[in-house]
Amino acid sequence: MSAILTENVGRVYKLRGPKRKDDPKEVVALQGVNLEVPAGELFGLLGPNGAGKTTLIKILTTLLLPTSGRAQVQGLDVATHAQEIRRRISMVSGGETSGYGLLTVEENLWMFARFYGLDSKVARQRIAELLDVVGLQDRSRTKISDLSTGLRQKMNFIRGFISDPDVVFLDEPTLGLDVAAARQVRDFVLRWMKAHPDRTLLLTTHYMAEADELCNRLAIIDKGKLLALDTPTNLKRRLRRDTVYTLRVAPLGQRPVDSSTMLEAVPGVRQVTITDVEGAQELNLILEADDALSGVLQHLNQRGSSLLALEKRDPTLEDVFINLVGRRLDEDTAGTKEDK
Amino acid sequence: MALSQRLLDSPLLRRNDALRSFIIASWLGWQIESNWADPFLFAVYSFVRPIAGVLILVVMYAVITDSAFRQPVFPYIYLGNALYILVSMVITGVSWAIIDDREHYRVAKNLYTSPLNGYTYLFGRGVARVLVGTVSVLITIGFGMLFFHLPIRLTAVNWPLLVVSSVLGLSAIAGLGLIMGAWTMTMARHFWSVGEAVAGSMYLFSGAIFPLDTLPASIRWIGLLLPVTYWLEAARRALLGADAAGFQTLAFLSNWQLIAVLAGFCAVLLISSAYFYRWALHASKERGLIDMESGY
Repeated sequence: MSAILTENVGRVYKLRGPKRKDDPKEVVALQGVNLEVPAGELFGLLGPNGAGKTTLIKILTTLLLPTSGRAQVQGLDVATHAQEIRRRISMVSGGETSGYGLLTVEENLWMFARFYGLDSKVARQRIAELLDVVGLQDRSRTKISDLSTGLRQKMNFIRGFISDPDVVFLDEPTLGLDVAAARQVRDFVLRWMKAHPDRTLLLTTHYMAEADELCNRLAIIDKGKLLALDTPTNLKRRLRRDTVYTLRVAPLGQRPVDSSTMLEAVPGVRQVTITDVEGAQELNLILEADDALSGVLQHLNQRGSSLLALEKRDPTLEDVFINLVGRRLDEDTAGTKEDK
Repeated sequence: MALSQRLLDSPLLRRNDALRSFIIASWLGWQIESNWADPFLFAVYSFVRPIAGVLILVVMYAVITDSAFRQPVFPYIYLGNALYILVSMVITGVSWAIIDDREHYRVAKNLYTSPLNGYTYLFGRGVARVLVGTVSVLITIGFGMLFFHLPIRLTAVNWPLLVVSSVLGLSAIAGLGLIMGAWTMTMARHFWSVGEAVAGSMYLFSGAIFPLDTLPASIRWIGLLLPVTYWLEAARRALLGADAAGFQTLAFLSNWQLIAVLAGFCAVLLISSAYFYRWALHASKERGLIDMESGY
C-alpha cells in the first residue's frame, strides 16, 4: 500500500464575480497529477510559487476536495475518509506564525496533542523532547504572543510531530527562517526520518538545495502539472548528455543580452536564463553540445557584450528545472492561484 | 488545565473525538473569554457592562411610566432584557469562534487537519460564552432585586422549571448559533454581522421586552417560531412565580407545554444544525474556504 497516491488529480477554482466579461471565470490549479509515494520515503515537490504545491497538499490533508481524479493517504480516500486520514497525518506550513497568542507554548502544543487523543503524560513528554530539539525548552511557559516570528514558526514546526504521525506534510518548512534555524529544521527532518523508517514525509519547497539535500525522490511541478519525477541524482543525470555553462558578460551599448533572442538566434541553445549580478549579467546556458558555445560567444560579441568569465559545470536541480520549464524557479508562475 | 487533563485522560474520552473536542474547546473558549491581562479590569467590565445596559432600559421605562416599578410589566421587561444577554452571546459566539480561528489566530487549517469533531468543538467554544453570559445575567438580576425590588424570592423560584427550560432553550439557541456559525464557514468575515442582525431581530419578535400580543397580527407568528420566546416565558414564570401571571405572553400554554415546545425546538435545531454543519464543511472544502482570510 502506498502512503500517498494520486490518480489524475485536478483542481479548478471558480472565481467569484469577474469584473469584466472577458475576465477568467476559473483558475486551473492542478491538472492530472499522478503520484505514488511509498511508505518510508521523504518525497519532495519542487516548484515556483503558484505551481500548485500547496493545493496538492491541501487536497492530501483533507482541507480541499479535488475537482477531478482521486487521492489517497494510507489507502484512504481523501473525499470519503477524511477523519480516518486526519488521525494519521499532520501538516505544517512554513512561515506560519499562527497559534492562540494567549496560550503558552506548552499549552498550545498540549491542546493540539489532545485533539489527536494523546494522553497527558505522553503529550508532555513529547512536548519537552521536541522543544529541546529546536531549542525552545526555556520558552515553554511563554505566551505565544510574546514570541518572535521565528520562534513561533519553530513552535508550529514541532506541532506537526507531536502526534507521531504516519505521514507528515511540510509545506515550505524553512520559509522565512534564518540560516541557522533552517539548518536545524532540515537536520531534524533527516533525523526523524532515520528514527522512523516506516513513516512518510512529503515536503514542498522552492529551495533547490533543500530538495537536493533532503529528498529521496522529487517531483517538479509547474502550472499545476507534474513535469518530472525521479531521484535528484537521476533528474540531474538527464542533463548529462547536454552541456551546462555559466557565462558572465558585461552588457555594453544599447543592446543588452536577452534570452529570447539568443534562443532564436543561436542554434544548439536549449535553455538560457539571465540574471543581473553586480553590474554584469550572468547567463546560465544549457547547450545541446559544446560546439554551440562558439555561436553563443559570437552572438554576444555581435551585441557588444564582452565575456568576463566562463565556466563549464555539472548540472544542478536548478538546471533541470530551467530545462523543463524554461525559466528560473524564483520567477513566479503567472495566472495560477496558490493558496497561502 | 488540570481539570481538563484529568477528564481527557479517561479512556472513554481518548477514544471519543466528539466528547474530547467538546471539552478541549470549552477549555480553550474559557481561556479566550477570561483572558484579561488585568483581573480588576475584567471584574469592572463584568459588572459595569450588563448594569449599564439594563440601566438604559430602566431609565427609558421610568420616563415613560413615571417610575411605575411596581407594575408587573417592569419585571417582565427587566428579566427579558437580562436573559437576552445570553441569547446574543450564544448566537454570535459560534460565528465569532469560526472567524477568530480562521482569521485572527489563523489556526483553522491546523484544527481541520487534526481529528477533532468540528461540530462539538464549536459547541464547546460556545460554552465559555454561556458561562460569561450567565455571570452577566446573574449580576443584572441581582442588581434589579437590590435596587428595583424585582419580585423574585429565591425560596419561591421554580428551580426545576428554570433549569430544564434554560438547558433546553439555550441548547436550541446554540443550535441556531451553530447554523449561523456553519454558514460563516462558507462566507467572508463580514457574515458575522448577520448573526448580530438575527439576534437583534429576535429581540423584537421574541417578546423580550413586550408581549407578542402587542405586535401586529401579521408578524406575531414570527415570535411563535422562535425558541427564545418560549424560553424567556418559561424563565420568567420560574423566577417570578404568581407575579408572572400579571403580565405574560403565551398565556395559553401551561408550563409543561412550554417545556414540550422547547424540547421540540431543541431536538429539531440540534439535529438540523448537525446536518447543516456537515453541508457547510463539505461546501467549504469544495470551494477551498476552510482557511480563507477575507483580506478586507
